[in-house]
Amino acid sequence: MKLKVLVCIKQVPDTNNVKIDKETGTLIRKGIKSILNPEDKNALEEALRLKDEIGDVFITVLSMGPNQASVVVKEAIAMGADRGILLSDRNFAGSDTWATSAILSSAINKIKEEDGLDLIFCGRQAIDGDTAQVGPQIAQHLKLPVISYVEELKYSENKVLVKRAIEDGHYIVECPTPVLLTAVKQLNTPRYPNMKRIFETFGENPERPIETWTAEDISLAKENMGLNGSPTRVKKIFTPSRKFEGEFLQGNLKEVARQLIVRLKERQII
Amino acid sequence: MDLSLTEQEKMVQSVVREFAEKEVGPIAAEIDKTERFPTETLKKMQKLGLYGLPYPKEYGGAGGSDLSYYLAIEELSKKCATTSVILAAPASLCAWPIMKYGNEDQKEKYFRAIVEGKRVGGFALTEPGAGTDSAMQQTTATLEGDHYVINGSKCFITGAGQFEFFVVMAMTDKTQRTRGISAFIVEANTPGFSVGKIEDKLGIRASATGELIFEDMKVPKECLLGKEGEGFKIAMQTLDGGRIGIAAQALGIAEGAMEESVKYIQERVQFGKPIGSFQGIQWYIAEMETKINAARGLMYDVIYKKQKGIPFSKEASMAKLFSSEMAMWVTDKAIQLHGGYGFTKDYPVERMHRDAKITEIYEGTSEVQKMVIASHTIVPKNK
Ligand SMILES: Cc1cc2nc3c(=O)[nH]c(=O)nc-3n(C[C@H](O)[C@H](O)[C@H](O)COP(=O)(O)OP(=O)(O)OC[C@H]3O[C@@H](n4cnc5c(N)ncnc54)[C@H](O)[C@@H]3O)c2cc1C
Repeated sequence: MKLKVLVCIKQVPDTNNVKIDKETGTLIRKGIKSILNPEDKNALEEALRLKDEIGDVFITVLSMGPNQASVVVKEAIAMGADRGILLSDRNFAGSDTWATSAILSSAINKIKEEDGLDLIFCGRQAIDGDTAQVGPQIAQHLKLPVISYVEELKYSENKVLVKRAIEDGHYIVECPTPVLLTAVKQLNTPRYPNMKRIFETFGENPERPIETWTAEDISLAKENMGLNGSPTRVKKIFTPSRKFEGEFLQGNLKEVARQLIVRLKERQII
Repeated sequence: MDLSLTEQEKMVQSVVREFAEKEVGPIAAEIDKTERFPTETLKKMQKLGLYGLPYPKEYGGAGGSDLSYYLAIEELSKKCATTSVILAAPASLCAWPIMKYGNEDQKEKYFRAIVEGKRVGGFALTEPGAGTDSAMQQTTATLEGDHYVINGSKCFITGAGQFEFFVVMAMTDKTQRTRGISAFIVEANTPGFSVGKIEDKLGIRASATGELIFEDMKVPKECLLGKEGEGFKIAMQTLDGGRIGIAAQALGIAEGAMEESVKYIQERVQFGKPIGSFQGIQWYIAEMETKINAARGLMYDVIYKKQKGIPFSKEASMAKLFSSEMAMWVTDKAIQLHGGYGFTKDYPVERMHRDAKITEIYEGTSEVQKMVIASHTIVPKNK
């Protein structure tokens, strides 16, 4: 039976080369190249790897963004995905992570109802926002289990065996499908889009044209989208100032040790 | 002339750029030093589909534009000129004449193999006595029954000992000079085929260049490419397209040296300031950038003509002549801007300068390009 996989991808500014506006605290996007979010590429690569391994795998990529974001959907198809969907609508503009995950979930639900889905992949986080929220939130909306920080994956007969990274080690998790997984860069090395597929996917008469869905195509109330559907309020963005300043204690070993004791006592540490 | 890139060409450019930065650049100094043929890079380029980039889909190609192929050569050359030769020799010098003159069997067997990234082949025209004067072929091919027997030797052949088959030029009729030359497709494992001396070179050191020796080498009649006597024409037409590739290669080398220079002059501090703040340094940069752009203009001009089906021999020679001399000049200045550090192997600009030199020599020296340009320009008046 065919394995059905969905990968969520996002177009982001290439923050490796981006600067931050010191006054507003936001990214200066001008003149910066837009790219497919790196860990979304790992997520897609894992789906493609499964396809290479199992063969009978159908991969859909889904992205929400302005029209220009169609480039990353096409890039994903050029890398080997079978179907590409771009969610693009004015009503989506200004969505925070909650509204974004609500919109994506309702599109995923539609795909799931039409055709079924076994695995949903997201990247761990997008390099422009670094929240790592959208993946787990989608799982929440869809009432699916989520395994985040996936650094190794094995699929066999309706279940996955996952090595999940934590700060000082890893978990081995087994979980039945359907399940949502978020990929970290240790998971794999993404392939390059093949030249032939670039010519088949980009340009005027693509062999696998991407679909564009609007707010009308999904069943989500307008008040749950865009600014209206976004509970997040940004109070202030700032560069954290360094709170602790080191102090060099000088003198011979005895003096330094004595000074250290004085300082520690001053701070009531000892 | 519309120079804007299509969506597909932009994508090819950006993918090959990333590929060159991640896969090619990091080993460029090592393969130059050790003269190691980068088999792993060859395989990666085959998988990427670079060998079939400008060729028809029916033979497994990408069906891309000529421009997209030359952009790929340019991007690879920014990081490593050797790697671009390993692409260009099979993709352009070997695949093109087979596509253009091969029969269906030859196209299926050899052209498709290159295009699909399964095999690599080379092009063998030059001989010890037939360099610039390539019509002076001493290699002979004699028809005996259903076989040709080939005797002679070739020198300076890219891919000697590395590529699996070659398009080989040989004399089938000594009385005819250029019209007596024919082209053959020869497998490197044919009895009587051997590889002689491999050259120790100034640049593009990871691509082996060497001698091919043919001693009573019997090849089936079916190996004849095109008709008997068409070999010289086939070779010259192949080189026309190949020359644009060398122009692209030279352009890429210069751009690579430029990138290194712009970075370096902003980091290197003398007299309390980055040297890039001195006008004397900025003037070099301005001149380098202008020459690079002029070369790009000539390259785009010839590609435009080629894609439109307009004769482009003269323009190909102009692009190659200018671009290769420009690359020598720009890489020389890049070393100058790096001072003593540029003269060492700690920085890539000395390698780029050594690599640039070959672009003035192969696929017709600068002098030959001038002959071609002049012959198209000085048109005799009708009596
Ligand atoms: C690294 C490398 C890779 C190569 N790869 C290949 C390959 O894959 N296949 C292949 O067939 N060949 C290949 N060649 C050969 C290359 O194309 C020749 O070296 C080139 O054509 C010059 O020939 P030559 O070396 O015999 O020089 P010569 O012809 O001896 O030239 C010496 C000098 O005299 C000049 N000269 C000659 N005749 C004239 C004239 N009439 N007027 C003015 N000046 C003149 C030349 O321009 C040159 O400056 C390669 C060479 C090198 C170095």
